[in-house]
Amino acid sequence: MKRVATKSVKKAAPATTGLWRLYLVAGLLLSLLALLVGRVLSLQILDTERGYAFLQDQGEARALRSAEIPAYRGVISDRRGEPLAVSTPVISIWADPRYLADSDRLPELAEALGMPVAELREKLERYAGKRFMYLARHRAPDEARALLAKRIPGVYGEREYQRFYPAGEVAAQLVGFTNLDGKGIAGIEMEYDDWLRGKPGSKQYIKDLKGNMVRDIGVVEPAAPGRDLRLSIDLRLQYLQHRELRKAVLASGAESGSAVTLDAHTGEVLAIVNYPAGNPNNRRDLQPGDMRNRAITDNYEPGSTMKSLTLVAALESGRYSPETVIDTTPGYIRVGPKTYHDPRNYGPITVSRIIEKSSQVGVTKIAQDIGHEPIREVLRRFGIGQPMNTGFPGESNGLLPSHKRWYATDKVALAFGYGITTTPLQLARAYSVFASDGVLRPVSLLAQAAAPAGERVISPRLAREVRGVLQSVTDDLGTGRRARVPGYPVGGKTGTVFQLGPNGYKDDAYVALFAGVAPVDAPRVVTVVVINGPQGEHHGGGAVAAPVFSAVTQGALRLLGVTPSEFPEEVAARPAPAARAGGDA
Amino acid sequence: MADYVRQMPNQGSADLARRPSTASRLHIDLPLLFLLLILTGYGLVVLYSASGQDFGAVIRQGRYFLVAYVVMFLAAQLSLQRYARWAPWFYVAGVCTLVAVIFFGVGAKGAQRWLQIGGFRFQPSEIMKLVVPMAVACFLAERTLPPRFQHVIVALVILGLPAALILRQPDLGTALLIAASGLFVLFMAGIGWRYIFGAALAVVASAWPAWMFMLQDYQKQRILTLLNPESDKLGAGWNIIQSKTAIGSGGWTGKGWLSGTQSQLDFLPESHTDFIIAVLAEEFGLRGVLTLMFLYSLVLWRGFVIGMSAQSSFGRMMAGSLTLTFFVYVFVNMGMVAGLLPVVGVPLPLVSAGGTALVTLMAGFGVLMAVSTEKRMVVR
Repeated sequence: MKRVATKSVKKAAPATTGLWRLYLVAGLLLSLLALLVGRVLSLQILDTERGYAFLQDQGEARALRSAEIPAYRGVISDRRGEPLAVSTPVISIWADPRYLADSDRLPELAEALGMPVAELREKLERYAGKRFMYLARHRAPDEARALLAKRIPGVYGEREYQRFYPAGEVAAQLVGFTNLDGKGIAGIEMEYDDWLRGKPGSKQYIKDLKGNMVRDIGVVEPAAPGRDLRLSIDLRLQYLQHRELRKAVLASGAESGSAVTLDAHTGEVLAIVNYPAGNPNNRRDLQPGDMRNRAITDNYEPGSTMKSLTLVAALESGRYSPETVIDTTPGYIRVGPKTYHDPRNYGPITVSRIIEKSSQVGVTKIAQDIGHEPIREVLRRFGIGQPMNTGFPGESNGLLPSHKRWYATDKVALAFGYGITTTPLQLARAYSVFASDGVLRPVSLLAQAAAPAGERVISPRLAREVRGVLQSVTDDLGTGRRARVPGYPVGGKTGTVFQLGPNGYKDDAYVALFAGVAPVDAPRVVTVVVINGPQGEHHGGGAVAAPVFSAVTQGALRLLGVTPSEFPEEVAARPAPAARAGGDA
Repeated sequence: MADYVRQMPNQGSADLARRPSTASRLHIDLPLLFLLLILTGYGLVVLYSASGQDFGAVIRQGRYFLVAYVVMFLAAQLSLQRYARWAPWFYVAGVCTLVAVIFFGVGAKGAQRWLQIGGFRFQPSEIMKLVVPMAVACFLAERTLPPRFQHVIVALVILGLPAALILRQPDLGTALLIAASGLFVLFMAGIGWRYIFGAALAVVASAWPAWMFMLQDYQKQRILTLLNPESDKLGAGWNIIQSKTAIGSGGWTGKGWLSGTQSQLDFLPESHTDFIIAVLAEEFGLRGVLTLMFLYSLVLWRGFVIGMSAQSSFGRMMAGSLTLTFFVYVFVNMGMVAGLLPVVGVPLPLVSAGGTALVTLMAGFGVLMAVSTEKRMVVR
């Protein structure tokens, strides 16, 4: 033992060399330690640019998350509370491609999502390097929960609301729809988005690296649900109107059609439909234009429906009464370079008959007699070319021209509704003046608690007088006899205009209109029907639009509980309409 | 124990002023043991938090500590003479196992570092961390000091061979550590300044060729990442950014035990092993870091005291080398976590979870204790 010790372990070298070496090393080590301390100091305490404060924020930013609590969007309902747009809770599945990309559970996930694995892989490839992608939006909660229960790393759920439209295409163009993110992008949904939307709340939580919520810190601000909105329409009438309009458009081979029913006393829109229409719940097959609320956005020349307004101007002038006789011989009249024809020579007839027969010659003569200014003034008072201020997206104002110089044809064209345009809704508003005994009220798409104050446009007596003439239009010999409603006297005016094309009027395409009130003795509803581009021989307002008016008005009056003033037997007993009186201009 | 019995007669001799304490009879250096116990205790507390409050991990680590302390105790019982005598054989056996690793080694991630014998796995490079300085010290202690030129060359070969074998695995970090532990011995042997400056120059001169030809791509990447971690935030820079954030957000007091967001929420990778100091920094703040560094400094100080009072050149060289190696561990780990050094897989001594490195380290402390108690046997 000792031998080994002495041999292999020598005595230490002189202590001095060893010692100063050790001091040197110790000094070196201390300075390295100081370097470390300095580094940690600069990270933890010192207020350098990327020091303590910055890193602390970074640390917080990494773990602390605030999430939006989606707000429940208000319900849109019809005037009776039938839902038109409701939000249902759904779950959207999203993924963090970073974690999902090399997951061995892709087949399982693809099956749960109901998509081929290849498609899922392709999708993941497209989002490679991203941190967020939707796998499936708006899944039913049960289905989504089953998927999330598989706990596939990198797959998460997000609560959202999906908008559902129970009335489908029937009220689609009015109600509009929201986009995938719940923002109204059409119709009422868009117009009243702020009202409906509510305020999303926020909550804070702590998440770990994988994005899992580790601890819920709590709600910072609760979500404020959106407010409900009650529309003025009656869904029952809306359905009926949709059905009738659709039938008429399809039967006549027309391009499109619109129909509007107003409450005669409040200006509320009871029904507003257009065809073609699309289903807002399944927007994949939507055609452009399906979602256009043509009754509010599209302008048409109102044609002969304006003759009743010309009648107002005539009666107001004091030079005419409905009984005044005007000679329409020889059945045509030249105005400037143009000649206007009646279907046949009516001879001397009363003003009332002129409207009833929609005589071009008679109206032209009246217009030439009283001048265009009073007619234009009446049109303006009736709201033609005046904004309706419904606020509906894309609302059109129509056009009432004010030429610097009026040509002879311009002057008379006004009298029979050419050279001006209105929307169907605007036309309905104009006719509501007759129904409300001379008061023009603003139209409303929302249910009103009370009738809004209107503006007296004509005297009640005059309104009643015109209604009498309008009723005669639906007489057996009138152009609007097909607008008749069993049990109720109705009044209205037909209109048929040449469709406008890119090169002026087309010779073989028409727009058929009917505007009327019912019951004519104590009006409750005003309905306008516009059929755009009906095909075939019977393309006139009386042939195409009036039957829709009849069916719709019948339903409306029944729904409103209006007591019939004529009994069906009486109606049945009346002689059937004689041979078709000629077309209307 | 055999040594202990054999040395008993010395105790009875009259020149020994006082009776040796129980500790010295057991070859235990009490101050060092005390420091180690505090450090490992501190480590367990941090580990509980860093492992995601997994009590099982603490138990497992505690078991490693137990094994390591036993190994340390056993290592302390062997006399330095015995180490010196056995060092060449250890060395030969070690080199053989390193060669065996080349042929029979198992491993992961493109590196073969392990030998599997039956159900037992071990890493020869770990043992070499102790054997190489021992072999170099043994060789130099038997020659004149300071060493002559040809002895320096031989010493370099002794430490270079295993380092080269380990580099081949590849495991650059361990190879450098082992080479350094051998060089520390040379330094402690008192080689002239010419050698030191020459070596420094050679290192600087070889930096460029090393970069061009020797470093693997992933190694270069680590260095580049160190210089600019933001260049690859989600990839290679992730560790550094997350650890810096963890350290920085601790402040002076820290966020409190178990309350660090970086560590508890998995942002910090390797939080219970190589990056555990970041957890400590985040939860205990600068106070905790300074406490740890102070404890490490005391260990270093104790190591140097033992080295300075060593009675043999072999003992002094061993103590110096072991202490310096310990310091290198601490410095490299902390420097790496704090973003001063590239990311290399060096655990924080006595704190990081893991068994292998811990056992080697504690065996080293055992040798250190053997050095510290040796003098009492030799002094007359």
